[in-house]
Amino acid sequence: MNAYVSAILQGALLTVGVSVSALLVSIVLGLLGAGAKLSGRPVWVGLATAYTTIIRGIPDLVLMLLIFYGGTIGLNNLLEWMGSEATVDINPFVAGVLTLGFIYGAYMTETFRGAMLSIPKGQAEAAWAFGMGRTQTFIRITAPQMVRYALPGFTNNWLVLIKATALVSIIGLQEMTFAAKQAGAATRSTLFYFLFAAGLFLVYTTVSLLVLRRLNARFSLGAKRGTL
Amino acid sequence: MNFAVLLEPQNLALFGTGIVTTLGLLFASLAVGAVLALVFALLLTGPWPALRWLVGAYTYVIRGTPCLIQVYLIYYGLGQLEWIQARWDSVWPWTYFKEPFFCALLAFSLNTAGYTAEMLAGAIRETSAGEIEAAQAYGMSRFQVMLHIVLPSAMRRTLPAYSNEVVMMLHATSLASAVPSLVDITGAASSIYATYYLPFEAYLGAAAIYLTASFCLIGFFKLSEKRLLAYLAPRTH
Repeated sequence: MNAYVSAILQGALLTVGVSVSALLVSIVLGLLGAGAKLSGRPVWVGLATAYTTIIRGIPDLVLMLLIFYGGTIGLNNLLEWMGSEATVDINPFVAGVLTLGFIYGAYMTETFRGAMLSIPKGQAEAAWAFGMGRTQTFIRITAPQMVRYALPGFTNNWLVLIKATALVSIIGLQEMTFAAKQAGAATRSTLFYFLFAAGLFLVYTTVSLLVLRRLNARFSLGAKRGTL
Repeated sequence: MNFAVLLEPQNLALFGTGIVTTLGLLFASLAVGAVLALVFALLLTGPWPALRWLVGAYTYVIRGTPCLIQVYLIYYGLGQLEWIQARWDSVWPWTYFKEPFFCALLAFSLNTAGYTAEMLAGAIRETSAGEIEAAQAYGMSRFQVMLHIVLPSAMRRTLPAYSNEVVMMLHATSLASAVPSLVDITGAASSIYATYYLPFEAYLGAAAIYLTASFCLIGFFKLSEKRLLAYLAPRTH
């Protein structure tokens, strides 16, 4: 196995790292956003609506460049203003994770909101009648059912997120796409290395799809399906 | 913050060129993509198993890999092939591969064709059986049923999903800035950032343009849905 192939394979580990970390950020933001949208308080609803509308109207790449380059300058100006001599560089991994997490948090907000609305009201009312508190109702009753309704949308968001990690190569993170581009530039067999990276992405999305399908089947066990 | 820089004539002109490139790429790739998607969707729902499998594999690969890699594959990958390089100075159609705009256009068209074909095929499969039976009862041929009954209704029903795809494509065109010497909106912002070292202003300007374009597209599709899908809306007084 030549050095370029192993560089791409190492890049693949970074791709997995970025996408999984960004997913965690987006799930947290998505839950917060969905909570805010469903809270019924005008300020929260307004903030969450602005968040999802604006983020979904701007290309991922532009947001990433804005956060990476703008964030670096912003932080350094802040440090200077505080009287510090130090300068910081934002690490592309952190910038990538935060940007992708922030963007897909907006998509997750919509998915989770829809899922929460799909749970029949009687479920929460029954929990209340049993004397459960708000937190208990969420953990024991609402959340497990929400997973089932959210999974199809979640699967879509996750697949798009995986593909969006290729953009992090533009701000300099040495993941799969970056390694493939360098290998291509060094050896002139560009086509081969890009096809190799594309193949790895395909494996990643396919495995994700299969795992999430099984998970979906698991969470839908109790669901009654109408048959004709 | 120094947003005044964005309003200087040369920078306004740069954004202007960027908008023209972005919109040109968007509409050209949507047009080519739509034609390809129609053919692919017909093959996906057609009676030839081999072609169905082939087109299915195509859409699967397109939808499973990042658009950025597809752009790189066409721009850097194909452009590096000696077989093409030997021809791109003189032999049509390979002369196009020297042009960044064409490479980006090809990548985006192939990409959107993959997604749109699956949407349209889904809508074709879900055409209600009654409509098709009624058409057959009228003595229409297979071709006529497709042309007069199934396609017009399937295309209309694809509209809501297609409007998402169009906005996604608008965002995907920002990847054109990854191809050197192509100045789209993102490319214009990057160039302003490089000249003045003002990333916030440059990229916020680009973001505002994209946001406006997204809203316009969404608004347009909302209006057309209202008109074209009126027959599916619930009946009211």
